[in-house]
Amino acid sequence: MAIKLPIFMDYHSTTPVDPRVLEEMLPYFTEKFGNAASRSHSFGWTAEEAVDYARERIAKLIGAQTEKEIIFTSGATESNNLALKGVAEYYKEKGDHIITTVTEHKAVLDTCKRLEKDGFRVTYLAVGKDGRVDPEEVRKAITDKTILVSIMLANNEIGTVQPLEEIGRITRAHGVLFHTDAVQGVGKVEFDVQKMNVDLASLTAHKMYGPKGVGALYVRRSPALHVAAAGDTWESVAKAYKARAGKLLEANGAAAGAKLEPGAVLKVPVPRLRLVAQMDGGGHELGMRSGTLNVPGIVGFGKAAEIMRTEGKADSARILALRNRLHEKLAAAIDEIYVNGSLEHRLPGNLNVSFNFVEGEAMMMAIKDVAVSSGSACTSSSLEPSYVLRALGVGDELAHSSIRFGLGRFNTEEEVDYVADLVIRKVKHLREMSPLYEMYKEGVDLKSVQWTAH
Amino acid sequence: MAYSDKVIDHAENPRNVGTLDKDDPNVGTGLVGAPACGDVMRLQIKVNDSGVIEDARFKTFGCGSAIASSSLATEWIKGKSLDEAEAIKNEDIVNELNLPPVKIHCSVLAEDAIKSAIADFRAKQAARRESVAAQKTGAPSKDAPANAE
Repeated sequence: MAIKLPIFMDYHSTTPVDPRVLEEMLPYFTEKFGNAASRSHSFGWTAEEAVDYARERIAKLIGAQTEKEIIFTSGATESNNLALKGVAEYYKEKGDHIITTVTEHKAVLDTCKRLEKDGFRVTYLAVGKDGRVDPEEVRKAITDKTILVSIMLANNEIGTVQPLEEIGRITRAHGVLFHTDAVQGVGKVEFDVQKMNVDLASLTAHKMYGPKGVGALYVRRSPALHVAAAGDTWESVAKAYKARAGKLLEANGAAAGAKLEPGAVLKVPVPRLRLVAQMDGGGHELGMRSGTLNVPGIVGFGKAAEIMRTEGKADSARILALRNRLHEKLAAAIDEIYVNGSLEHRLPGNLNVSFNFVEGEAMMMAIKDVAVSSGSACTSSSLEPSYVLRALGVGDELAHSSIRFGLGRFNTEEEVDYVADLVIRKVKHLREMSPLYEMYKEGVDLKSVQWTAH
Repeated sequence: MAYSDKVIDHAENPRNVGTLDKDDPNVGTGLVGAPACGDVMRLQIKVNDSGVIEDARFKTFGCGSAIASSSLATEWIKGKSLDEAEAIKNEDIVNELNLPPVKIHCSVLAEDAIKSAIADFRAKQAARRESVAAQKTGAPSKDAPANAE
């Protein structure tokens, strides 16, 4: 089969719209063009109905209890801004401390920087060599002034999946709100806001084969759930969640003193989550985000979520096999190749590798018919290599040599084979041109050389 | 970022990639940059007895613009005298390759590589003259190269 060039292997940056998604969107540009906020005629009702259906589909994908918990935005950057700034502003009397990690997306980190300027204190937790944050570090960082913990589901550069379930147990027990930027992982790895005790989650359509320009923020309105373990009593659960025992009993309709069976699912009453809108106007989206809804985009988002819910698991298994095939081929043919981040806790489509002695941008230029990205400084305007790779303790020289392959729904085995062969040839070619590879082969210790930093 | 056609041409078909014998007294070697900064250039020149650069080779670890800058530098200095080669400015490389502002440091590195190779050659020659002079006056010289005349 002939390979069609260029090949797209940058699915972390964005994804094409699935044809089934586009098909559902189309009528909402033309005949069903109503404003979902128009209450007085059928055009508006039709649009509103479509929007609510999309809400239901998205809610189902992430395990939300009601569609009212889905607030539409323009994308995940806005969702992250709304979650962090909105919570900080509402709860500033309660506390001024936020916890996040150093490998978050800039939409979270730069929002935190802004909040610091406004007087909030932010703890940026380090990650391990594998890119994961230790839940115990989260527990240790929580103070009585902590209002919010924001930790991503999966990293956009290295695909590392964070232990949200463990972190969620800790934040719930401490009565601290838990936000996650779930953009990269939803539908691809396990994600359930109930099971993980997530209170706020940022989502976007264009990373899951929906259109660009539409995102959502999950804002919890439902009670949290607690699965009873052996030895749990009503009192111990109430105490762990700092919820008053009476309320816990009331919420679960149980008589005091009744025995708690292991595995029983209890509703844990949580205080109503509030946030201050960052966009003022017509009071759309329960007053949390004003602005006319992007109805066709939202319809597409809903369909994309539906496909993810029904096919995501099979899709991920297929993509993981492709990722492993690519990795095995490269590792078998190339020496001095390093995988960045955990291989175990990783997005199925992510392969972030460093080809030592080959600079990333030169590599991308050499394989210009394949769309990938690099943590090399040369690809950024700042001339700094990737802060995510640095946070893992990857040396600057290896960070400059990193390439991120992002595989997705429409990649084929033929494409993987083509890319693997091409990359192997080009790495060899560029190493023949690399003074560092020559020195390495001669046995020179590159760390002992006096380099002229510039 | 879009590359100029000349950068693409040099990066895809680099001229004069290779290694000269760094122990040859007629060869000067310049190694500039640092792996941690994302670019390292090694540029070597071979100078004949009339002081003309008769061959030049490079190897570069760096982006396409860095490879193109060093490839162009080797092309330009071949056939030039040391003084002429030394007069090449990074702006000349920027103009020839249409480098955007963010890539100007690549041209600076190429200029440094030329100057560093020339300096290495001159230092070698000076050391050689000294040892030859020392031999003529009969003074012992521990630095005398084996192949000195």
